[in-house]
Amino acid sequence: MTFEKFVFYVFAAILVFAATMVITRRNPVHSALFLVLAFFSSAGIWLLAEAEFLAIVLILVYVGAVMVLFLFVVMMLDIDLATLRAGFIKYMPVGLLVALVMAVEMFMVVGPSNFGLDKVPAPAAQGPSYNNTEELGNVLYTVYMYPFEIAAVILLVGIIAAIGLTMRKRPETKFQDPSVQVKVKKADRLRVVKMEAED
Amino acid sequence: MIALSDYLILGAILFSLSVTGIFLNRKNVIILLMCVELMLLAVNMNFIAFSHFHGDTVGQVFVFFILTVAAAEAAIGLAILVVLFRNRRTINVEDLDTLKG
Repeated sequence: MTFEKFVFYVFAAILVFAATMVITRRNPVHSALFLVLAFFSSAGIWLLAEAEFLAIVLILVYVGAVMVLFLFVVMMLDIDLATLRAGFIKYMPVGLLVALVMAVEMFMVVGPSNFGLDKVPAPAAQGPSYNNTEELGNVLYTVYMYPFEIAAVILLVGIIAAIGLTMRKRPETKFQDPSVQVKVKKADRLRVVKMEAED
Repeated sequence: MIALSDYLILGAILFSLSVTGIFLNRKNVIILLMCVELMLLAVNMNFIAFSHFHGDTVGQVFVFFILTVAAAEAAIGLAILVVLFRNRRTINVEDLDTLKG
């Protein structure tokens, strides 16, 4: 067994372990943290597959942004865990059965008999001058320029939707309205009172 | 050498695990969202593996777009979750029966 293969199996074992923990932990915070571990180990596997840029992006975008968002929401909500866990045991057999059938079916399709090394030979490793980011950028900014811009629009829509959904106006909050402040006249604020001089 | 089938089987195991997760945690919306993220990860794993073994960068471009859409999806999903909790004080899927579906 080569070192490369050893590293792959270590990362794969950690990944499967983390995924199992994500779906079985009682506490959603633990689930989120194990999901972070799963993303890290899959980033390692992607590095082995020479997808360096996407491995780094996975950690930056997923661990750095999405999972932090998840943790934020999980900790912000006051959830009653007991009722949410009800039915965990009840649905266990059918869930395991479906997963097992799916895994066996997929194994028969993608197993070594169809996609083994003799069917799809491993490509030669890229030389030290190979730059994955450059390769990806060459394709992304030429052929896939239009989808790239659509992706940017999708992110913008995501931002606006998330802010629009969560923003709320509380009637009790006090805030300044600058336009009203600017439009105010002297007559609105100042009142000259005629009165007798007192001694 | 690592065979293509190794990557694909790993993706299949990951996908099956997240399907199990959806069955087991069918009341907790947060865990459901996490399982969807795991599913997307399994799909991305297949894309990366095929891209590597066929020497074609387009697979990685596709993963790039999936990551973009998944990030937007997670942001909007969590925003909906927060609004839901603010209005109903629960995230239990079974309590969300306003539409009587």
